Amino acid sequence: MIVHGNAILAGVLLGFMFRLFLLRMDYRQYPSYPHGYITHLAFGFIAAILGAVAVPALMAKEYTAVTFLTLAAQQFREIRNMERNSLRKLDESELVPRGPDYIEGIARVFEGRNYLAIIVALVTSTVTIWQNIIVGIAAGIALSLLLGPLRKGKSMADIVIARLGNIRFDGPNLYVDDILIMNVGLSSSRQLMLKYGVGVVLEPKNDDARATLANLGQRQAVAHEVATLLGVRKDVDEPEFTPLCRLNVATGRAALFIVPVEPDKNLAVEAVKKVPVLESAVRLPLRTVIGQIASD
Amino acid sequence: MEVSIRNELVAIVTQNSQQVGGGGVPIFYATNQVDCERIALCLSRTLDAMVHELESGTYFLTHH
Repeated sequence: MIVHGNAILAGVLLGFMFRLFLLRMDYRQYPSYPHGYITHLAFGFIAAILGAVAVPALMAKEYTAVTFLTLAAQQFREIRNMERNSLRKLDESELVPRGPDYIEGIARVFEGRNYLAIIVALVTSTVTIWQNIIVGIAAGIALSLLLGPLRKGKSMADIVIARLGNIRFDGPNLYVDDILIMNVGLSSSRQLMLKYGVGVVLEPKNDDARATLANLGQRQAVAHEVATLLGVRKDVDEPEFTPLCRLNVATGRAALFIVPVEPDKNLAVEAVKKVPVLESAVRLPLRTVIGQIASD
Repeated sequence: MEVSIRNELVAIVTQNSQQVGGGGVPIFYATNQVDCERIALCLSRTLDAMVHELESGTYFLTHH
């Protein structure tokens, strides 16, 4: 008979369910591959087992068992590598790539979610031992609901004001409001851009947001997400239709130019607002004295 | 591993022979504006290159 069998079972169950809950597919279509799902569920299951047995092992005076947690940390770091490599490979065949910063962010999320599964399993099994299985499961569910919002980081709507911009050409140069996007040589392309193109201006709400928006990885993520949501009127031999997000260094405003498949221009603004703020792009100069003085 | 050269001139298309010369890049001389655009478009689509204009009847193609 396994000692604390109930606790381990409840811990594994809750930890695994939590991982499943975090893995719900979203519009970013990742992991939309059934086998990607299986990999992550398997790792989630291992994470849940490790979390669930930690406290029972300690109670059985099996102190060496805890060292398995360090092994787990090593294993989950490997998940980050796995995700990074596979997304990088897939990025090569994207018309609008995610960019390395976005990939790094996704990879980090996958690693982090396994640690969350460990925590849920650990708390569930501990509370079950301390009280009983019903209280344990209730504690696990409560913690899951508490940790659930961690799934969502900030989105662009939190840090910038997005609005439609005016598209115009000055000679061959394409502008969205006062922001230079690119030089387009072919007049046939220019006509298509004026007809179908959408320009979205992103105005940072403060100096922190301004620094985040200046990050190239963040701007590439904006272009990728909007292209994923609205489609992009482009093929490999038409580089001028690549969506671009360019910065006006004088004002800190950025502008996205895209020729989407979807004609509704307001949807592009909504799509921009939904883009996640990348962890690696977050800058907080306002938290420092120098940053605050500089922002005056 | 695929290796490609980026941000490098691939070709120049011009009506103005006084403006460009020399260098290691092929130069295509066009007779008029329409001809210029036609050559630039053809090169762009076959080389997957971006066409930029210098506003003086000269176009250049580059990979980004």
